[in-house]
Formats: sequence, structure tokens, C-alpha cells
Amino acid sequence: MRSILLALVLFCTMLGQAGAVVSPDEVLDDPALEARARALSANLRCMVCQNQSIDDSDAELARDLRVLVRERLVAGDTDEQVINYLTARYGEFVLLRPQFNSRNLILWGTPVLVLLVGGAFAFTAYRKRAGKRAIEQLSPEEEAALQKVLESKE
Amino acid sequence: MAVELGHFALVLALALSIVQATVPLVGARVKSYQLMRVGETVAIAGFLLILVSFTTLVHGYIVSDFSILNVWENSHSAKPMLFKITGTWGNHEGSMLLWVMILAFFAAMVAVFGRNLPPSLRANVIAVQGMVAVAFLLFILFTSNPFTRIIPAPIEGKDLNPLLQDIGLAIHPPLLYLGYVGFSISFSFAVAALIEGRIDAAWARWVRPWTLLAWAFLTGGIAMGSYWAYYELGWGGFWFWDPVENASFLPWLAGTALLHSAIVMEKRSALKIWTVLLAILTFSLSLMGTFLVRSGVLTSVHAFATDPARGVFILIILLLFIGGSLALFGLRASSLTSGGLFHPISREGALVLNNLILSTCTATVLIGTLYPLLIEALTGEKISVGAPFFNLTFIPLVVPLLLAVPFGPLLAWKRGDLLGAAQRLQFAFGAVLVVMIGTYFFSDKTSTAAALGLGLGFWLIFGALTDIAFKAGVGKNSLSVVFSRLKGLPLSVFGTAFAHAGIGLTVIGLVSVTTLQIERIVLMKPNDVVEAGGYTLKFSGVTPFKGPNFTEDQARFDLTGPDGRRLGEIAAAKRLYPARGMPTTEAGIRTFGLSQLYVSIGEATPNGLVVHAWWKPRVTLIWIGALVMMFGGGLSLCDRRLRVGAPTRRKTAVEAEA
Repeated sequence: MRSILLALVLFCTMLGQAGAVVSPDEVLDDPALEARARALSANLRCMVCQNQSIDDSDAELARDLRVLVRERLVAGDTDEQVINYLTARYGEFVLLRPQFNSRNLILWGTPVLVLLVGGAFAFTAYRKRAGKRAIEQLSPEEEAALQKVLESKE
Repeated sequence: MAVELGHFALVLALALSIVQATVPLVGARVKSYQLMRVGETVAIAGFLLILVSFTTLVHGYIVSDFSILNVWENSHSAKPMLFKITGTWGNHEGSMLLWVMILAFFAAMVAVFGRNLPPSLRANVIAVQGMVAVAFLLFILFTSNPFTRIIPAPIEGKDLNPLLQDIGLAIHPPLLYLGYVGFSISFSFAVAALIEGRIDAAWARWVRPWTLLAWAFLTGGIAMGSYWAYYELGWGGFWFWDPVENASFLPWLAGTALLHSAIVMEKRSALKIWTVLLAILTFSLSLMGTFLVRSGVLTSVHAFATDPARGVFILIILLLFIGGSLALFGLRASSLTSGGLFHPISREGALVLNNLILSTCTATVLIGTLYPLLIEALTGEKISVGAPFFNLTFIPLVVPLLLAVPFGPLLAWKRGDLLGAAQRLQFAFGAVLVVMIGTYFFSDKTSTAAALGLGLGFWLIFGALTDIAFKAGVGKNSLSVVFSRLKGLPLSVFGTAFAHAGIGLTVIGLVSVTTLQIERIVLMKPNDVVEAGGYTLKFSGVTPFKGPNFTEDQARFDLTGPDGRRLGEIAAAKRLYPARGMPTTEAGIRTFGLSQLYVSIGEATPNGLVVHAWWKPRVTLIWIGALVMMFGGGLSLCDRRLRVGAPTRRKTAVEAEA
């Protein structure tokens, strides 16, 4: 299975120069801004690659996007503004984390739904069984009778 | 050895699989012992035929017979012998042949080691296994034949994808497939139980070892793949939440849940219906993974639509088996009676929690993997679901589960004592506090995440130790009594402890490298120096090197330790494979204890060479943890109670019948 991943990654490798990413000439002088740029880059997709962020990819396009993100940050954009700018330009495909919105309800809702439904199911199954058990338990009179038998044996 | 022989053997194997899929089934129906026995012989013969078929293909690769299309497309005469052999399964056709060979191997294993199974159950299991084999043999013969010839034969091959020319290809796919396909046995057992309409604790005892075996292989396969990507791809990542990785991770998650629910079923006859459903779902996820990876649907829904032959074929197999088994489940599940009452605070309750969370994790990874395909198919829009989504959803789910793990084995069956378990864990908790405070003050004050994460890892390890200590009666008995009790404990208790501690080790590795890693990106000219994690790298220059089927430029660095001691050289390279004109990066990696120094090179610019150096603290624990989990699985398998083919009921009755 991994072989296919590697093959797909190759596509990327062939587009760009093979090797380390984020070259030193891209790095911003302000470490706070650079840290924000790295964090943003990890959430943005290199669109010609197979499931790689622009932070991980050495394709030309990823490099251009990294530079673009840094330009916007230097121009004074907030993180959100950078994201909006890129989404407006390249579509939602550029986001590795899909937006919280009604269309993506199924995506974000599934984990919660499965957990709740599964939990409720386990709980009702337990309650149903516990109800059955109540009938199976001895009544106080029976308990007393049993105790009597046990004592007489001793 | 002519591949036509292999082709012929494969067709014969198909014929035998058809017999295997039908005759024992009828035999079980009409209670004919002779007909049921046919399944065993045919399963073993079928496996041997596929083995012959596979061997002829391997031989074609060894002798570089480029008149075989598959060999010409994926091999080269100058390739080292190991990679010639492993190249057999480094492509679609060959890997499907390996897939089906392992499927047949497991059927043959049931035939050989399942002598103590009730004959009708064994017959049904082998028959279901035969049905899966029929489907995939048809798939290979009609859409993915590795034995096609080309005339005239080319003189030289097109070479194997250079990224695959690695020892990783020798280990990773076979291990992964043993796990992936191994779950077919759990599936066959589940379907056989539904066909018979009868299921008992003994059934769980037979299913558990097979599930455990598949799980251990899959654990190793995934870990090996992760390490391979880590050193081969050259940017130091070890898990990408890539759909292809998820395809193998999904059966692992479901399989882990199955392993635990089967314990409840075996010990307490509870959760029967759920266990059967999980067994079906786990293999269904394996099949779905095969579909995702093999159909091309992952690149794009449209790529799938343009060449649909293979994809549609696997999709039909998928629908047939998943739909069929679930329909059977719907019809028959209610006939399976369930017993074993328990209180929520009990071993069973803890295992239900485990299953609840693991199922949610499975559903989360599944929806994340399929969602982009769904959206593209429905609306034509392309969206991405990547690592940030999975980290945001998966981690909050799995952390509570890991926190709860040490409590599970300490709770009694039926009704447990949570307060008592907590008291027993107080030493573990104290030790974890020390670790967290120590990490915070002595390692990195800026990272509370590191302290909390490492605490979680150690919690799992100390929790596992506590379980063993409690079961041996440490503190209550003298040392000699403790020792003799330790010797008397079943191996599966140690198996559990090792597997749980293994997760702890993996967590420590993951947390250490994500929170405490040191990264340096610099431009270097000869004699420039860069430091990471206390180690100093001095660039001594680039030298060309020629390998058997590649050329490379090696960047060499003199390495100096934190104490100023010289530690020799570390080399990172950029390689070119001329046959495919394909460049790769070869990272330079040096291991110190559990940590690694990872160096990778980029472009040569006029201002110097781009060098990326990482100090990756305790990174190797990620994979060592997985090995420890595998070892735990192995220990459990060696337990007398679970040993494949352990003496069971009805043996005498069967012999009398024969």
C-alpha cells in the first residue's frame, strides 16, 4: 500500500527539486511572523501534490504559496485574512482542514454522532439487561428462606 | 521456468477455489463428512498452486525475462538481486498476486491447524475463504494478469520506481498483507457462524488467535511502512494521514476493537452479535482499502471514471461481500443469543468503552478519507481533508481512551471496583507526576504539551507494570511467593501488559518528536557549521558517487558530539536513477540512544547548499513501541489457552464419525 503513496509522492518530487523544503532565503527575519507562517503553511495544501502541505512539499507551486503567505503576513494580514485570501483565490481545495459550515456537517458531525449513538445504544442495552436482572433477583422473602436453608445445613 | 506454467497454475487454482467455495458448504448442509473434508484438501492444493504461480513470476524477475510485460515495466537488469525479487510485488499485478496468495495461505492454515474445529464450522470457514479467493482470482485473471507476454521482447527493462528500491519493500508489503488479508479469517468465521446460526464462547476462542495473528502482522506492517516513509521520503515525517495510510489504519483500528470484544465474548459470552459484526466490518475495511488503493479513485473520482475496468470489478467484489455478509447478519443476528450480565463498572464495561471509542475513531478516519471523494462525486467540487482535520478529531478521541487503558485490566469481571483500581494505580500516578514535573522543569519549560504528552505515555507503561505487580501480589506476599506467582501467570496477561506498554512507548516517541524536535534550515558552504540538539555538523563538501543503477552527489558532514568528541561522518545525498530519469533524496540519519540526527539536502544555490537538519528526540520509540505491541501479541498467541489448535471439545466425536 505504501508503494502507491511513494509513487504518488514522486509526482511531486519530479515537479520540484528533490530535497529539503523551506529554503533559508524564504525564512522571515521576524521569528514570530515566521512561526505563524510555518503554522499556516502546515494547514495549506500543495495543490499539485498528493496530500502534502506546502510546508512539506518542494514543488514550485508550494514554494510560491509559501512566499505568498509570508508576503501577506508581512503586509500585516491576520491568520484568518491570509486563509480567506488563499481560499478566495484557489478554492476550498487549498485548505487541508475543511471549513466548519453546513455543507461539511457530515464530515464534522460523524465523530460526534457515532460517539453519541454508540454510547446511547450501549446504555439502553445495559438498562434493558439490568431490568431483566431485577426480575431474576430473589425477593426479600426468598432471600430469607434461602438463608434459613443455608443455616440449617451448617 | 515459463510463466505460462504460472498462468496455468493460477487458472487451476481458480477452478479449485470454486470447488472450495461450494462443496464444503453443501457438505455442511447435508451433513456429509466426506464432502466437508474436500474443502481442506482443495484449500491446501489451491495455496500450493498459487505459490507455484507466484514463484514463476519471481523467477521471471530474477532472470530479468523482459518478454513478460510486467517484468519489463518494473525491472532492470542492473538492479541489485534483492530489489529484483521484491520488485515482484512492487506493482499492481504482482501485489494482487501476493494478496491472493496470502488469502489462500490462511485458508490452508485453517485446513492444517483447524483439525479440532467442529467439522461443519471448519467446512463453512474454508468455503467462505474460497469465495473471497474466487473473486480475487477472477479479478487478477481478467483485469490484472501479470503473465502477459510482449513480442518482440525488449532488451532492457524500464526499472522499478527508485523510491521502492529499498529493503522496506521486502518487509512492508508482505507484513501488511499478512495483517490485512489475515482478517479474512475472522470474517470467514463470522459468516460461517451466521450460516450455522450458532455461536458460542468456543467460537470466540478459535477466532481470537487468528485475529491476534493478523493484528500483530498489521501492527508491524504499518510501523515498518511508517519508518520506511520516514527515512526514504527525506523530510522526516512519519505519518501523513494519507488516504493510503488510512486504508491500512482503518482495519487496524477495527481489528483492535475486535480483539478486545472477542475477549468479552470468550470469557463472559456477552457482546456476541457485536463481535460478529466487528469481524465482518474489519475485513470489509480491508476490502475497501484494497478498492481505494487499487482503483485509482484516490487521485480523482474522474481518474477512476476514465479507466474503470479494475475499479468497477473491485467495487462489485466489495458490494457483494460487504452487502452479502451484512444482509446475512441482518437475517441471522437475532438468532444469536447473548448472555453474561455485567455492571458498567467492570472489565466488560471497560472493554465496551474501548470498543465505543475505537469504533468512533474508525468512523472518523473513514469519513475523513471518503469525504473528498463523496463531495467530488456529488458536487464536482474538490476539497481536501488532511492531517489538520485528523489531528483535531482523532487526538481528542484517543486521549481519553489511553487514559482509561490502565484501569481496564485491574477491574474485575461482572462488577468492578473503580476506587480499588484507582488505589492500585496510585504509585503509577505518582511516578507519572514526577515525569511531568521533571519534563517541565528540566527539559522544556515552554511546552506544557510535552509534559502532558510524556505523562500520558508513562501512564500507560506504569499502568501495565501495576497490572503485573497486582496480579503477582507485590506488597502482599514475600519475594519468593511473588516470583512463583509471576511464573504462574498466564502468558496472555504479559501479552496485554506488553501491548499496552508498547502504546505508551509509541506515545512517548510521538510526543517527544512533535513537541521537542529541533529543526535547522541553513545555506552551507564547505567548512560551515550547523548545530542541532548539541551535535555539530561541519560541511566538508560534495562528492559524486556511482551505485549499480544510480549516480548520486553525496554531501558529507563531520559530526561532533556535545562533549566535543568526533563522531565520524554523516552523508546525505541526492540520487538520480537514469533508467527513469528520476531524482530521489537520501537522508543521512545517525541514531544516538533512542534519538536521531536527521540530515537532508536540497538545492545547491550560489550562496551555498540548502541543508535541513533535525534533532529528533526519542523518535525511534514510535516504532519500537509498535514492535513491543507485536511482541505482546506474540506472547498472547503462545498462551496455552489461545494456541492455535489447542485441544477442544468434540474431538472424540469427530474421530468416531470418521
